[in-house]
Amino acid sequence: MTTLELRSGSDPAERPMVTPTAALGMFRRPVAATGWKAWVFTVDHKKLGIMYGATAMFFFLLGGCEALLIRLQLAAPDNTVLSAGLYNEMFTMHATTMIFLFVMPMSAAFANYFLPLQVGARDVAFPRLNALGFWLFLFGGIFLNTSWILGGAPDGGWFMYSPNSSALFSPSHGVDFWTLGLQITGIASLVGAINLIVTVINMRAPGMTLMRMPVFAWMQLVVQLLLLFAIPVITVALFLLSFQRNFGAAFFDVEQGADPLLWQHLFWIFGHPEVYILILPSFGIISEVLPTFARKPLFGYKFVVFSGAAIGFLGWGVWAHHMFASGLGPVSVAVFSISTMLIAIPTGVKICNWTLTLWGGKLWFTTAMNFAIGTIVLFTIGGLSGVTHAAAPADTQQTDTYHIVAHFHYVIVGGGVMGLFAGLYYWWPKIFGKTLSETLGKWNFWLMFIGVNLTFGPMHILGMQGQPRRMVVWPKKLTGDGFFNLGFWNRVASVGAFTIATGVLLFVINVFRTARKSEKAALDPWDARTLEWMTSNPPKEHNFDAIPTVHALDEFFHRKYEEVESADGIRLSRIKTAEDVHAELNANPDAHIHLPSPSYWPIVLAFALPVIAYGVIFNLTLSIIGAVILLFATFGWVLEPSVAGEDEYDPPPPPPALPPADDDGSPKELASVG
Amino acid sequence: MWMFLGSECLLFGGLISTYMLYRGRHQGNPGPAQVFDIPLTSVSSFVLLMSSLTMVLAVNAAKENDVRNTKLWLTATALLGSLFVGGQVYEFTVFYKEGLGFTTSLFSSSFFTLTGFHGVHVSVGVMMLLALVAIISRDRVTGDRAEVVEMVGLYWHFVDVVWVVIFTLVYLIPA
Repeated sequence: MTTLELRSGSDPAERPMVTPTAALGMFRRPVAATGWKAWVFTVDHKKLGIMYGATAMFFFLLGGCEALLIRLQLAAPDNTVLSAGLYNEMFTMHATTMIFLFVMPMSAAFANYFLPLQVGARDVAFPRLNALGFWLFLFGGIFLNTSWILGGAPDGGWFMYSPNSSALFSPSHGVDFWTLGLQITGIASLVGAINLIVTVINMRAPGMTLMRMPVFAWMQLVVQLLLLFAIPVITVALFLLSFQRNFGAAFFDVEQGADPLLWQHLFWIFGHPEVYILILPSFGIISEVLPTFARKPLFGYKFVVFSGAAIGFLGWGVWAHHMFASGLGPVSVAVFSISTMLIAIPTGVKICNWTLTLWGGKLWFTTAMNFAIGTIVLFTIGGLSGVTHAAAPADTQQTDTYHIVAHFHYVIVGGGVMGLFAGLYYWWPKIFGKTLSETLGKWNFWLMFIGVNLTFGPMHILGMQGQPRRMVVWPKKLTGDGFFNLGFWNRVASVGAFTIATGVLLFVINVFRTARKSEKAALDPWDARTLEWMTSNPPKEHNFDAIPTVHALDEFFHRKYEEVESADGIRLSRIKTAEDVHAELNANPDAHIHLPSPSYWPIVLAFALPVIAYGVIFNLTLSIIGAVILLFATFGWVLEPSVAGEDEYDPPPPPPALPPADDDGSPKELASVG
Repeated sequence: MWMFLGSECLLFGGLISTYMLYRGRHQGNPGPAQVFDIPLTSVSSFVLLMSSLTMVLAVNAAKENDVRNTKLWLTATALLGSLFVGGQVYEFTVFYKEGLGFTTSLFSSSFFTLTGFHGVHVSVGVMMLLALVAIISRDRVTGDRAEVVEMVGLYWHFVDVVWVVIFTLVYLIPA
């Protein structure tokens, strides 16, 4: 594993010059700074972050369409929009897409883009691994979705219980696509996790102690640690299932004495930390948004950080609460029931802290703020129904009903997705230099907020009335009558789903309209608090002209404001504008910044994995070809220095003398690094 | 590398748990007591443990900037590693002839998966070692040479330690 050299002023003469063409028999490395090559071969964390976000958004729309088809099918009794088989594929792919191809990568997008900026680094620790992670995610997602046209999508539900997932009950290749596709996106997450953890641990700016890190960076650290330890468990489970389906192993063959609970345990040991992997990034985002728009520091920063870490820790001890109905025995059930209730404590602490952050603040209701408050409200509802599931006797009644569906949609859509939208509206000016329309944004928020409640609120009633999840129809004769009849509330839920879709559509329209408008965002549009706002919008290739030295939590805020004593106590007084702070910081730019250079190998290596996976399903010869590509790419990667030598550029780099950096011109040398 | 190894612990944890759950389930087919050849596996385990020693010597030599001995000990480590993998291939062949295929029973599936995964890890390690020798010979190491050798060493020791656990749980403790 090579270490990245990002120290400014490192002298390339210390290393022997390596020209790939001449010395290694490999290609010249890519150097394009513009055009599609600049994106495809990039290792820049900001470009990768944007690509993560765009791809995740695409999969979000795809998964959303699947959800709409499901709700269309359930809008009328004994409906025939989808056949039973197609319905199974639809809900499996809806869940898989939303979890693995939208919420996780969307939070990876924010982590990629903002983690280095928030801790004051120029890039992540292993930039090429970062690119590898993105391409693996993209190819894994495409691979998974090609199952639709190659013999049928996976149809076993997102937790794919055995023995239902064996070839006997699910004869199409769908489940194979599922196991191998998730294996590929799993490697992407693992690679990303290692990368981001090392970045946080090793690459913080001077003075940026752990307890001065923004909460978003903290929550991402916890999430990446969870991923680091959860992914290998699902990897094992997926391998066992693959070996069973593709090579005839006996792991889940009940006739030979296999234990169906093995899959359930392995899956949920991964699956429950996964739940926190989905929600904690959103917690991090709203912990940034709320203080900014309440014009107050986050109430109890340490409590928020440590309760986040506590959620991450306790999250490992609760997996069996997904299995209360599987006959674990009273002792296990009691233990997991209690540990599950314990998790409500740190979560409650966070909700209190957010509420108290708002208390007495000068609230500024931007769209981002609306989404953040919406997150608190909806997550609290979902969290409370979660506590009812922790009570095992109640849960045995609720298992596999719409009550569960209501709960996890309130936490994932209400808590996770709303938080991600808060992040999109909050950081959009930072990423693209233009602010999203607030008018459209408000419409977007209210439609989504009302839509979520319309869709998932009635599901509580449906669940208590006994409608099981994953049923393709609700028969007319079983709907009942009166206020609680199934028909009415199912229709309400379907109307709600389309309300959410309209909200999302407005977001897409907003994005396109904003892209076309010429008005640039202000340097510091929200009067923000953290380090990522101490550079231009969008940030330069090298993030900061000069790496700031950090003196406090909310460093940027403290550079703009000063506490002054007045007659009515201590008040904050503005001492500098954002422009002043920028000018001050950029007065002494760092000399000779070495950025990691673009590389062909991440995309080549990532491409090899789906080739191997197709081979496993259809023809092993293809796997061998994939393995050869994999080996070739690995060696190409290892033999390529992470930073290009000075002589590799075409045309050669300008002389190292730096022009004085000003606000809109980055030093010429960096432009060629691309 | 430490992060990656932490993650690997869980991978092997999952595989070992699966094996421990299924090792008694072979329904009349050969079970652990019938097929295992403990003296043979002990010898190959000894070979693998010795490779950790040569790896330590390689890291030491790299730290003293002694290129010749670094290459020597890395090659020795790779050789011992290959010997271990060879022993495993031989062992699998014998088992197969005794009627224990991958698909025979729950015990066989989980046994071959667990030890197979370990074997693949050793093989990848051998490839890393050989590649390292090659790039050291041609002076193509990016970054600090001793650090790179130490990284590979960490991985190698980890794979070794996992084998100690597998050997104890799979071979030595009777089912």
